[in-house]
Amino acid sequence: MVAIPSKHKSLALLGGVLLAQILLLAVQIKRDSRGRLIRVWAVTATSPFERTGAWGIGKVRGVWTHYFALQTTSRENEALRIENDALKLTIAQLQAKAAEADRLAALLNFRQSHRDVPMVGARVIAASAGTASRTIEIDRGERDGIRRNMAVITPDGAVGKVIEVFRDMAQVLLLTDKEGGAGAMLVGSRIQGPVGGTGEPTLIMKYVPTDEDVKVGEKLVTSGMDKIFPRDIPVGTVVEVKAGNPFKQIRVQPAAKIDRLEEVIVLLSQTPVEFETEAQSTQTGAQNPAAKVPAAAAKP
Amino acid sequence: MNDTFELRSGETHIEVHKFFPGAIVAVTVAALVFQASAPVYLPKLEILDLPLLVTIYFGLSRRNPSTGLLLGTVIGLLQDALSGPTVPLGFYGIAKTIIGYLASSIGARLDTEHPAARFALTFGFFVLHQAILVLVRRLLLAQPEAWFNVHLAIAAGVNALLGMVLFLLFDRLRRRQ
Repeated sequence: MVAIPSKHKSLALLGGVLLAQILLLAVQIKRDSRGRLIRVWAVTATSPFERTGAWGIGKVRGVWTHYFALQTTSRENEALRIENDALKLTIAQLQAKAAEADRLAALLNFRQSHRDVPMVGARVIAASAGTASRTIEIDRGERDGIRRNMAVITPDGAVGKVIEVFRDMAQVLLLTDKEGGAGAMLVGSRIQGPVGGTGEPTLIMKYVPTDEDVKVGEKLVTSGMDKIFPRDIPVGTVVEVKAGNPFKQIRVQPAAKIDRLEEVIVLLSQTPVEFETEAQSTQTGAQNPAAKVPAAAAKP
Repeated sequence: MNDTFELRSGETHIEVHKFFPGAIVAVTVAALVFQASAPVYLPKLEILDLPLLVTIYFGLSRRNPSTGLLLGTVIGLLQDALSGPTVPLGFYGIAKTIIGYLASSIGARLDTEHPAARFALTFGFFVLHQAILVLVRRLLLAQPEAWFNVHLAIAAGVNALLGMVLFLLFDRLRRRQ
C-alpha cells in the first residue's frame, strides 16, 4: 500500500472538512425561489449529465429501433402490407358498389320516368366466349315476359336485341356484332339507313347515298322501321364520313357503352320511349325527369 | 511521552509544545462563553474574536496541520451553534478550519514565539478570517458585504494586541520538560 505523506494527509483532511462544512451550509441555506442551496447545487451538477444521458439514450434507442430491432418492423410491415391489400380490395369493392348503385339509380330513374312503357331491368351475367360474336347473357328470361327480338337498351341508348330466350335468362345480340343492327336515321336530316356492327367497337351506317349531306357529329336515333326498336332511341354519333360509290361510308360511335354493359333494360313492347337530348340534359340536368322532352318532338 | 518535540527544518529547529490535560478544552470553552456572553454586558467587546485567537494560538503552538484544522473546525462550529439561528452551521467553521490549518502550517516552519511575530500573524489571520467570512457570505449565502473597512482594520489591530497578551498567558499552560 502506498503511504500518503503527512502533508498531503493534512491537505486531504482540510479539503474533506471544508467540503463537509460547505455541504452543511448548503443544506441549511434556502434561496428565495429555488429552494435549498444543496438542492440547487445537486440539480445544477446533475442536470448536464441527465441531459447528456437522455440525449445519448435517445440516440441509442433511435439507432437500435431504426437499424437493429427490425425484426418486429418486418413483421409489422408484412402485416400492414396484408392489411393494405385487404383495404385496397375493400375500396375496390366499395367503388364497384358505388358505381353499380349509380347505374341502378340511373336505370330506376329511367324506369320511373317511363312508367307507361312496359320494360324489364336485367343484369348482364355473361358475355360471348369468343371474339367471333358480340353477345351478352342477361338474368331475365321467359318467366319475366321476355321474348325473342325484343329491344335491349340502356338509359344511354340502343344496345341490341334478344335472340334467344330461356326460362330464367336470355341472350342478347349486340349492335356491334356483325349480325347485329337496327333501323336508324340521322336526327337532323332524317336520312334513314340501317346501322350494323362490324365486330369492332364502332357501328356502320349503310345505304346512305353519296349525294346526301352527312356531317361528323350528327346524332342517330332508331327509326322504328325494323319493328324491334321503338322510334327515337339514341343509337350513336357520326364520327367519320367517307365518300363512296354509290353509298357513303359512315362510322358511328354507339351511344350506349356497349363494351361495358352491366345492367340493361328490355323493352317488352314497341311503345315509343322518350329520351332526353344532349342539349336538354346539359340544361336541365338529370335530377328533373319531368323536364325531359321527347327527341321526336324536337324534330322539324 | 515527551512534552516537547523538535522539528528540524534545515538549520533551524522548532519546538512542538504540549499542554496540560484539559487546557485546550478549558480555554476553548472559556473563549466561547466569553464571546457569547461578554457583548451582552459590554457591546464594544463585540469587536473581539476570542475563539479565533484560541485557534491561532493552538495552531501555532501545536504545529500539526491536521490537529490545527480540526481544532479550528470544532471551535468554529461551536461558535456557529452559539451564534443563533441566523448563522448557519459552518459559517465560522469554514473560516476557522482554514485559519487553524494555516496557523499550524506556518507554526511548523517559522518561530512564532516572538511577540512581534505573533502580533503580525494574528493581524494577518484576523484579516484573512474576515475575508473568508465575506467570501462565504457572498458566494454561499448571497449576502453582499464589504470586503474591507476601517472597522475591520481596527478590529484586526485590537485582536492582534489582545492576542499578543493572551498568548503569553496561554504559554503558561504549556508543559515543560
